[in-house]
Amino acid sequence: MTAPSTISTSEKTSGFSGASWLLALIPLILLGVVLTYLVITGGGLTELAGPPLEQVSIQRITLPEPGIIQVEVVNGGPQEVTIPQIAVDDAYFYFTAEPSNTIPRLGRSVFTIDYPWVEEETHRVMLLTSLGVTFEGEIAAAVQTPTPSSNLFVQFGLVGIYVGIVPIFLGVLWYPFMRRLGGQAMSFVLSLTVGLLIYLAIGTWLDANEFAQELPAFWQGIPLVIFIALLTLGVLLALGNRRKSSESTPLGISYRIALGIGLHNLGEGLAIGAAFALGEAALGTFLILGFTLHNITEGVGITAPIARKNPGLKHFALLILLSGGPAIVGTWVGGFAFNPVLATIFLAIGVGAILQVVWEVGKLVARDSGKLGLPLVNWVNLGGALAGIAIMYFTAFMVKF
Amino acid sequence: MQMLVDWDYGTLSQSEDGKPLRVYDVAAGDVEIEIAPGLFFPAWTFNGRVPGPSIRCTEGDQLRFNFANYGSHPHTMHFHGFHTADMDGVPGIGRGAINPGEDFVYEFEADPFGCHLYHCHALPLKRHIHKGMYGAFIIDPKVGRHPAREFMMMMNAFDTNFDGGNEIYAVNTVGHEFMRRPIPVKVGELIRIYLINVVEFDLINSFHLHAGFFDYYDHGTTLEPTLKTVDTIMQAQGQRGILEFKFRWPGQYMFHAHVSEFAELGWMGLFNAVQPADYNAALAEVGLDEEWDYKGTHGSSLGKGNI
Repeated sequence: MTAPSTISTSEKTSGFSGASWLLALIPLILLGVVLTYLVITGGGLTELAGPPLEQVSIQRITLPEPGIIQVEVVNGGPQEVTIPQIAVDDAYFYFTAEPSNTIPRLGRSVFTIDYPWVEEETHRVMLLTSLGVTFEGEIAAAVQTPTPSSNLFVQFGLVGIYVGIVPIFLGVLWYPFMRRLGGQAMSFVLSLTVGLLIYLAIGTWLDANEFAQELPAFWQGIPLVIFIALLTLGVLLALGNRRKSSESTPLGISYRIALGIGLHNLGEGLAIGAAFALGEAALGTFLILGFTLHNITEGVGITAPIARKNPGLKHFALLILLSGGPAIVGTWVGGFAFNPVLATIFLAIGVGAILQVVWEVGKLVARDSGKLGLPLVNWVNLGGALAGIAIMYFTAFMVKF
Repeated sequence: MQMLVDWDYGTLSQSEDGKPLRVYDVAAGDVEIEIAPGLFFPAWTFNGRVPGPSIRCTEGDQLRFNFANYGSHPHTMHFHGFHTADMDGVPGIGRGAINPGEDFVYEFEADPFGCHLYHCHALPLKRHIHKGMYGAFIIDPKVGRHPAREFMMMMNAFDTNFDGGNEIYAVNTVGHEFMRRPIPVKVGELIRIYLINVVEFDLINSFHLHAGFFDYYDHGTTLEPTLKTVDTIMQAQGQRGILEFKFRWPGQYMFHAHVSEFAELGWMGLFNAVQPADYNAALAEVGLDEEWDYKGTHGSSLGKGNI
């Protein structure tokens, strides 16, 4: 009775290269036939064909020089769109389109409008499609879009340093103090780190969604954020499990915290740079002061896991650079070459990375509490977590507006 | 450009009681029109155009409109003028709204002389007007007016995204048309404009002439100006009047709504005033011919000859 089955198995394996591949191709060939049929004949659904739906989104409005407005437009609708007229502040003006004022589906065009915009005043740009549908964009306060000059490059870099490097460096200076803390106090500091990270995870999540909502519909911005965050979390957890040393090294945790916080700070940098570019950074110094204060706890969070074992100055420098440096890169990118798709993706990675370190630092807290014979959720740990959230929450008063 | 001088005199014959009888065929229909380069609007029209035909006749003529509705919605023709209630073209009165596929004959005497208009009065009124169902209705006085170069200017506007506000403003539909192609006129000749405002949603519209003053006949129902030597007049929706002026010097002169918003959204244009010797060149420059010139200067007499 076993013989026929053996034969059939061998037949399968031997025939796989030819006939089997053909079998796999049949559905694809039929799919091609069906698609061709639908495209050519309408599939008998012409009665269902509704009015054309036009959907474009304004990606970015820049003011490269006085008298010129540039609008970057992406067509996220189901068919190509032509934009024959553009009005600025309810007045039609001449414009040119690159590559064309007809934008194919998923295509992109840049419209250059001759309009004498007024420094620090608000302007509204209205695109009219050939069917008369209107899409509006706003310039909140007109300021010439910064072009990469060495002076501005240095200034934006300085902003990044104030926002990212300086506060984290100051926070790290608490390290010697932390080393003298007893078991319970250390639990408190680690719990505070967890609270801080939870706050950052939520903040980064909201920032990512803010960018995601501005994306053209086909990007499916919010699902994109969720999937990338979950993917990042999954990959980092899987990498963590691969280490057979049963437990991650404290220094490794510190590096992953630094990475997560770094991605968060990249987002902050992007927001600040973009705000400068869009003329929304009238609060300038006040905003930077706020971020400096807001981010100081991050230094504590990064070094808390390594309180038991000093890894040496080189590692401290690297940790500060990894967590604070992205703020500089973010400010440059946000100011000079903002890209909402990349911003969304990086922030989503940040969400996943931060969630993963919440998990890891949480395990450290659990281990320490276990050693002290205390349950994971005790008043000290709870107080620490709440303190972490509260510090972040209240210092954020200076940067949210 | 053609609509400035495109008078529709109907078919002239003698009525039973010996009066001149003018018969006009008017068809309502849905047509997509271009209201600015590359910008299309799904209009409802009289005879496939916006504004509809510029009906022109003389005081006392018997007028007959064979109205047929080929559109997708009920429509009417409501004339501003003296007529009986059942000829008023209002839903629910007389024949009321003329449904798609139906027809009706409006008949009345041309009275009083003046610069009038007609429009669809079907409900919802706002939509039927801003979709394009209106036209000039010019009744010349029996005694005639001074010979002049005459233009019909319908101040209209379009709400392309249907949000209750207009995106394009114009005279005779196409935004900024007369900025691209200035209207050729001669220095020193009398220019007469039949000006009508049908702009929906906005409370007022206005007409301002650069570097010149005009006499204004509100509604055109008098032979003497109601306003003398003005350069800006204001019209509410449905209001209209006649402007008369001359250019003293050659050059390009702007005219536009002195509502800057309307002007910059399309309602502005230029007159190109030239010496008579240069007139043919000025015509050719904007693609016009002698026929256009002739229709512009013979508006009141053209319709009388073919009885």
